[in-house]
Amino acid sequence: MEAPNKTASKKTSPRRQGATAEEMSDQQREISVSEFFAKNRHLLGFDNPRKALLTAVKEAVDNALDACEEACILPDIHIELLQRSETRFKVTVRDNGPGIVRKQIENIFGRLLYGSKFHRLKMSRGQQGIGISAAGMYGLMTTGQPVLIISKTHKKKPAVEVLLKMDTSKNRADVVSETEHPEDDGLFQDGHGTQVSIELEGRYQTGRQSVDEYLDQTAIANPHARFTFVTPTNETIEFNRGTNELPPEAKEILPHPRGIELGTLIQMIERTDRSQIGSFLQEEFSRVSSAVAKEICERAGITNRTWVKAIGHKEAEAIYKAIQEVRITAPQTDCLVPIGTKALLSGLLKEVKAEFFTACTRPADVYRGNPFLIEVGLAFGGELPKDELIRVIRFANRVPLLYQQAACASFKAVLETSWKNYGVSQSRGSLPDGPIVVMVHMASVWVPFTSESKEAIADYDEIRKEMKLALQEVGRKLGMYVRRRQRMRNEGERRSIFERYIGEISQATEAITGTPAQRIYDALLRVAQRKTEEADAVLNDEGKRVKDSDPFRKDESVVILAARTPAAPIEDSASDTEEVTQSPSAGTLFGEDESLSKASKGRKKK
Amino acid sequence: MAKKSIREESSTASEAARARESRMMGSQGTRDKTLAKIGELGKSVAKSALAESDPFVDVPTRTMSNTTYNETRRLLQMGDATLRRNLFNTGQARKFMQTVLLSKGCKDLLEAKKTLSLRGMYYKSLHTIAGTKEKTFDDQEESDGILEDIEVALATLRENLHLFAKKRGTMVGNITVVDNGDPIDCRRMGTGGYAIPSICEPSVVQFGKCEAKFVLHVEKDTVWSRFNEDRFWEKHNCILTEGSGQPPRGVRRLLYRLNKELGLPVYCLLDCDPWGHYIYSVIKQGSINLAFESERMAIPDAKYLGIRSADFLRCGLSDDVKIALNDRDIERAKQIAEYPWFIKKKHWQKEIQLMVKNGFKMEVESLITKDISYVTEVYVPERMKAKDWID
Repeated sequence: MEAPNKTASKKTSPRRQGATAEEMSDQQREISVSEFFAKNRHLLGFDNPRKALLTAVKEAVDNALDACEEACILPDIHIELLQRSETRFKVTVRDNGPGIVRKQIENIFGRLLYGSKFHRLKMSRGQQGIGISAAGMYGLMTTGQPVLIISKTHKKKPAVEVLLKMDTSKNRADVVSETEHPEDDGLFQDGHGTQVSIELEGRYQTGRQSVDEYLDQTAIANPHARFTFVTPTNETIEFNRGTNELPPEAKEILPHPRGIELGTLIQMIERTDRSQIGSFLQEEFSRVSSAVAKEICERAGITNRTWVKAIGHKEAEAIYKAIQEVRITAPQTDCLVPIGTKALLSGLLKEVKAEFFTACTRPADVYRGNPFLIEVGLAFGGELPKDELIRVIRFANRVPLLYQQAACASFKAVLETSWKNYGVSQSRGSLPDGPIVVMVHMASVWVPFTSESKEAIADYDEIRKEMKLALQEVGRKLGMYVRRRQRMRNEGERRSIFERYIGEISQATEAITGTPAQRIYDALLRVAQRKTEEADAVLNDEGKRVKDSDPFRKDESVVILAARTPAAPIEDSASDTEEVTQSPSAGTLFGEDESLSKASKGRKKK
Repeated sequence: MAKKSIREESSTASEAARARESRMMGSQGTRDKTLAKIGELGKSVAKSALAESDPFVDVPTRTMSNTTYNETRRLLQMGDATLRRNLFNTGQARKFMQTVLLSKGCKDLLEAKKTLSLRGMYYKSLHTIAGTKEKTFDDQEESDGILEDIEVALATLRENLHLFAKKRGTMVGNITVVDNGDPIDCRRMGTGGYAIPSICEPSVVQFGKCEAKFVLHVEKDTVWSRFNEDRFWEKHNCILTEGSGQPPRGVRRLLYRLNKELGLPVYCLLDCDPWGHYIYSVIKQGSINLAFESERMAIPDAKYLGIRSADFLRCGLSDDVKIALNDRDIERAKQIAEYPWFIKKKHWQKEIQLMVKNGFKMEVESLITKDISYVTEVYVPERMKAKDWID
C-alpha cells in the first residue's frame, strides 16, 4: 500500500486479492440507532464517568418534570445516588407524575428515538426521545444491570415494576421480570408517579458540572418544583419551591412554512393524508390561510387544487421557493411558556445569595420559522465572590446547560454586551468581573443545540440578538443600582464626615460663646442630615426634584435585599445602612406571597 | 530701714513682673479687642447653627492672586478676596472644625494671660475626635496653617493671640537691646550670638545704645559664624544678623525696626539661587503668604549684595562650586522674574537671566574655596566700598 513497502510485499506475499461485491455485501447490514449510539456514547453526554452520572440524573429529572407539567402536577422529585463501589452508582429518580401505562414502558425506557416530543412542535425539555433510554443503555453496558422502572398510574391501580434490558442490535428492550405491587405502595404518596433506577459506572464529585450544580440551577429555573436529593454520602439536600404556581401549559403548534427545509417539505408531501395541495398547506402548517395557500400555489405555477400525488421534485422545489417569497404572518408565540420575571426572581432569590436581583422576559421572536423567546436574570452583590469573573448559567427550556459554555450563543451574547456601561469592569474579549450571576434562558418549540447531548445553543443571529437585548435591559437596571448604591455610600461617607466634626465644633463654640453645645450639636446634626438627603434626591429630565427618588420602587422586575448589603466602610454609618434597609420592593414582592418568603430561606441541609 | 528696703524691692519686683507681663501680652485693651473678635467668630458659628444653616468663616486668601504690589510704597499688600470656609463641604469640614477649635484655644490662652509657642498650641488642641480614631491634627504644620488663617480672618497678629514661633535667627553687633527688661549687649555675645526672639515688638524689645552704621543680613548660620569669628561687625561697625534660610517674622520685624527706627541700611548676603532671591524679595517687599504684615516688616530699601552669577568669573571661582539648576529651579527663577516688583528692574532681570544661562547656582560658602576669610575680608568690604549691589 505504501510506496517503500511495495517491492518487499511483492516478494513475500502473492498478489493481494480484492473483495468482490458479493463478499462485501455479506458485511453490509443495517446499523441500528442503538448500536450507533452505543459506539458513539460521547455524542449523548456519556463521555466520562463523571459526566455520565450527571447525564443520567439530568435525563431522568428532565423527563420527570416534563411529565408532571403536562399532567398539571406540581413536581415533587426525589433523586438518590447510591454508591455501590468506587466507580459504581445506582441512580434513582422518582416523581409524582401521572405514571406510564404498562405497554409503553418498554418503548420509553428501552428504545432510542422513541418519544412523544420529536414529531411535534411543542416546548418541552426533552425533544429527541434519546435521553433516558441512552442512560439505561449506558448502565447496561457498563454494569450489566438492567433498568428498573416502577410506575403507578392511579391510586386504585397497583404499581408495576419492570426490569428492562436493552437489545442494542434491535433497538428495543426485553423484559427481564415484571411484578405488580399492591395498591398501597408507599413509594408514591400522591397515588401516581414513576421511578426509574439505573445502575451505572460513574464518579461523584461536587463543584462545577456536578449533579449538585445541575440541581441548583434546575431549582432556579423551575421554582415551582421541589427536589429532594440524597447524596452518595447519605446527606439529604432539599430544594424548596419558590412558587406554587404551575407554569401554564405550552401549546403545540404546527410548523411554520418558513421554518421548513426542502427535504422536510418533500417528506411531508409524501406522508400527508390530504389529497389536494391547497388543503395540505393550510392544514399542516401554521399561519397559512386559504388566500396564502392560493398565492403560494400560483407562484409555484400550480393551483391549490392540484393533487398532492402529482407533485414531483420539481413542483416541490417551486413550492419551497414560493413559500420564501410570499408574505406569511410570523408564527404564533402563545406556544412559548416563559419562566416569567416573577418566577425567575424567586428562583434566583432562593438559590443565590446576592443583594440585587433583576430579570427580564423578552417578547417572542422567530428563528428559521421557530418561535422562541429569551429571558435573562441577574443577581449582584451580597455573598457572591467579588474578584472573579462573573458566572453565566445557561438554560434551554428550563434545563441547565453545564457543558461547552464557550460554544453557546448565550455565552457569546454575554461576552458581546458592553458591561462597562453598567458600572461593571470587563477586559477585552473576556467575561466581565464582579459579584454577578447572569442566567440566560431560551424557551422555544425547538431549541437548536449544537449536538445531541444538548450542551450548547447554536449561534443564530436572531437568537443572539434577542439575548443581547435582554442582557442590556437587566444591565441597565444593574447600572442604575450600582450607581445608586455608590451614591448612597458617598452620601453616607459625606454625612459621617460632617457628623464626625460636629461634636468638636459645638463644644468649641460653647466654650467661645456660652451657647449650650447640645443645642448647637442637635441643630447641626439636622442640617447634616438634610444636606445629605438633598444629594440623595434624583432630578428628572427638566432638572426638577423628583419626590420618589427610588427608581425601583414600582419596578416588579427588581428585588433588593437590604440585609445582605454590606455597610459602607466607615464607622458611624449606622444611619445610612438604615436607609438602605428601607429600600423598596424588598417587602412588596414578598409580603403578599407567603411561599416566596419561605422560599427565600433557600436550600436547607438536613 | 532694712525692712523698708525689702518692701520697696519686693514692690519693684512685682511691678517689674507686671511690666514684663504687659510687655509680653500686650495691653489689656488689645487683649479685650482680640477676645471680642474671637467671640464674634464663635457667635457667627452658633447663630448659623441654631438657624440650621451652613456655618462658615471667611478667610482672606493668602495667594499670589490676592496679593498686589503697591508701587509707591514698594511693598506687597493683601487684596480683599476671601475664601469662605464652610462646615458642610466635605473638603472643608475638617479645616472648619480646626478653625473653631484653635479659636477656642486662643481664647483660653488670652483669658489665662499666658503665651504659647505654635507647637504648644498644636498640643493644646490635639486630641482624638470622640467616637473615631481620627486626630484633630495630623501634624503641627496643619495647625500652624490654620493659626495663620485665624490671624488674617480676625485681622489681628500672632502676638495678639499670644502665640509665638520657635526662635530662629541670630544677631551680633554694635548695639545694645533691652529684651523684656533685660539689657543685652550684642557686642559681647561670644560665638553664639543673641537669639532673635519670635516677638520683636517695641513692647518686648527696645533698642539701647547703637554705634552700628548698617546691618548685614546673611542667609544662614554657617556664614554668620564666619563673619562673627572674623569680628566683621567690629571692624566695619555694623550689626550682623542671620535668619536660618527664609527669615521668620521675628527676624524680619527686627530688621524692619533697625531700618526704620535707627535708620540703618540693610544689606543682604544670600545664595545665588531662586531661593536666595526670594529671601531678598521677602525682606524687601514682604511675603505673599503674610502680605497683611508687609507694612510692619518690609524694608523697600534693602540691598542685595550678593552673591551674584557674575561672581563666578569675577572672583575666579573653580568649577567645583557649581550646582546645576534643576527644572524646578528654572521654573521658580522664571516665576520670580515675572513678579511685578522684579519685572521692571533691569539688574534683576539680567541677574536671573544670567543665572539661568549659566545653568548653575552657587552658595555663599563657595567663596571659601578662594580663602577661608575671603568673604569677610575681600568680598563684602569691596562690594560695600564700590556700592556694587543690586536693588
